[in-house]
Amino acid sequence: MSRARGTGESLKNFPLFGLVSALVFAFLYVPLVFVVGYSFNSNRVVTIWKGFSLDWYVDVLTNDDIQRALMNSLRVAVVATILSVVLATGLAIGLLRMARSGRTFAWSLIMAPLIIPEIVFAIGTLALFVQVRFPLGVEAITLAHTAFCIPFALLPIRARLRGVDLAVYEAAADLGAHEWTIFRRITLPLLMPGIVAGALLAFIISLDDFLVSYFLAGAGGTTLPVYIFGMIRNAITPGVNALSTLLLLASVIIVTLSYIITRRKR
Amino acid sequence: MSAESALSIREVTKTFPTPEGGEVRALDSVSLEVADGSFTVLLGPSGCGKTTLLRCIAGLESPDSGEIDLKGQRIDDVPVWKRRVNTVFQSYALFPHMTVAQNIAFGLEMDKLPKAQIQQKVGAALEMVRLSDLGARRPSQLSGGQQQRVALARALAKEPEVLLLDEPLSALDLKLRRGMQMELKRLQRETSITFVLVTHDQDEAMSMGDLVAVFDSGRIVQVGPPREVYLSPRTRFVADFIGEANLLEGAAAGGRIDIPGFGDVADEAMSAGSAPPQDGPVIVAVRPENVVLRPDPTGNGTIVDATFIGGDLHVEVAVGDTLLSVRQGGPGSEALAVGALVRVGFAPGSARIVEP
Repeated sequence: MSRARGTGESLKNFPLFGLVSALVFAFLYVPLVFVVGYSFNSNRVVTIWKGFSLDWYVDVLTNDDIQRALMNSLRVAVVATILSVVLATGLAIGLLRMARSGRTFAWSLIMAPLIIPEIVFAIGTLALFVQVRFPLGVEAITLAHTAFCIPFALLPIRARLRGVDLAVYEAAADLGAHEWTIFRRITLPLLMPGIVAGALLAFIISLDDFLVSYFLAGAGGTTLPVYIFGMIRNAITPGVNALSTLLLLASVIIVTLSYIITRRKR
Repeated sequence: MSAESALSIREVTKTFPTPEGGEVRALDSVSLEVADGSFTVLLGPSGCGKTTLLRCIAGLESPDSGEIDLKGQRIDDVPVWKRRVNTVFQSYALFPHMTVAQNIAFGLEMDKLPKAQIQQKVGAALEMVRLSDLGARRPSQLSGGQQQRVALARALAKEPEVLLLDEPLSALDLKLRRGMQMELKRLQRETSITFVLVTHDQDEAMSMGDLVAVFDSGRIVQVGPPREVYLSPRTRFVADFIGEANLLEGAAAGGRIDIPGFGDVADEAMSAGSAPPQDGPVIVAVRPENVVLRPDPTGNGTIVDATFIGGDLHVEVAVGDTLLSVRQGGPGSEALAVGALVRVGFAPGSARIVEP
């Protein structure tokens, strides 16, 4: 009857609809199933199943190099997340108070990292650090991650901020609150779901980054993705699968947490 | 200046830049005295400056020049959070992350009152707006009318010297609005707090205000009790904006006021003791209920339209090129059929000469 319904039905009736859908989902999830499944394989040869074993997890979790890389990754991700979220929150509030023309310009400037090719950003950052003699390593990676995490943190915070009636701040001032009290009691709690979402996004983006970290790692700055890349340069061992599965698990937990937190806040 | 003034506004001017680089004068040397314990209504069409004045009183805007006194103390340089004035916002501006009770407590916490006292005041405020059992709800779980009451309770709990209300009823549907008008009157009487309400709705202004200040393009054109403003509009704008008015152009000369088609209306338009108008063109305003029609085959008017609405007969009558609205109640109106010739006059003393 209605048009929308008609198109919906015709799409479903398309002969290859089921097949195409199945292929898309297979392409997305079969590699993951493969990685997770073979992480429990006792065989040293990755592609031939021999039996169930947790040896590779023990192997990975007791490997000093991996632990060092993991600690590096977490240090970078935690600090970059905190810095980028604080900056993004300030930016979001600042943008709200700017004149329209300046706001558009500032917004494009802040969002540019989303479209700058990462390789260009990585080379540029490396050149800059070498130029000013900033030592490569964890600190350098943290600074670079902070820079490119800001737009990711800013998006949900700004979306949240725009949904707040501006009169709410005026009402708080009218009821006797100073600037700082308004920020602490009104602005921050209202933004919290956006800040949590932004922080989790920034954390995952940072934890996941390979290219920039690889360029800036120097001697002691190997992060987990950089380490994994080193592992597979030789051969794909079941250890890589185990490590990847652990990363996947961490991502799923973080995303689930963010979902629960943002839902409860509403 | 006077001792019983809650608010004293003197020659306040405020301009805003326009996006085109120009300037718009939202308030043009506005002066107003608001009596203590009164219900004052700022009335005018949108963009006339009434909300800007309210925001200047609250401290959300600062005037370019002029002075605002609250109970004899100058407040226009006092920051918003220090003024003993509170606002009910048009959008209510409730804090969505707090419960109703927390919303009301917020302003009291800012005053650093002891916890027990805050609790007691929140309870009293909730009771005052008849929401005692909804204190634990979030604003999003309330109806529009209930949110309105919370906004009122939150502002009133601070016991301000003056309560400012910015179009508080505009978001409510008609039936609720009538109820809330009565409710606001009741709250004002019970608390004896001075209320200053902004509205563009003349019925609202007429039914609620002790005093009505009519705004036109950044100026207050008339201040007075609703009845006076209605019966004796000072300008053409006021006559037209408040109620319905027939505006007739004529000429004054030597004590006569001649309107084409009517002849001399000086007797009807001059109240006793007032000076005759200066010679020259004049505008005379007559309310529809003050136009008198008498069936007369040699009359100056022709009935163009006649409709019964709620017991009143609404008549359109043409006098020459001018069309007049007439309202007639009761019997004797059968003779006023469309096409009938009538003698059109005004009730004695009912017409007003208004400024252009």
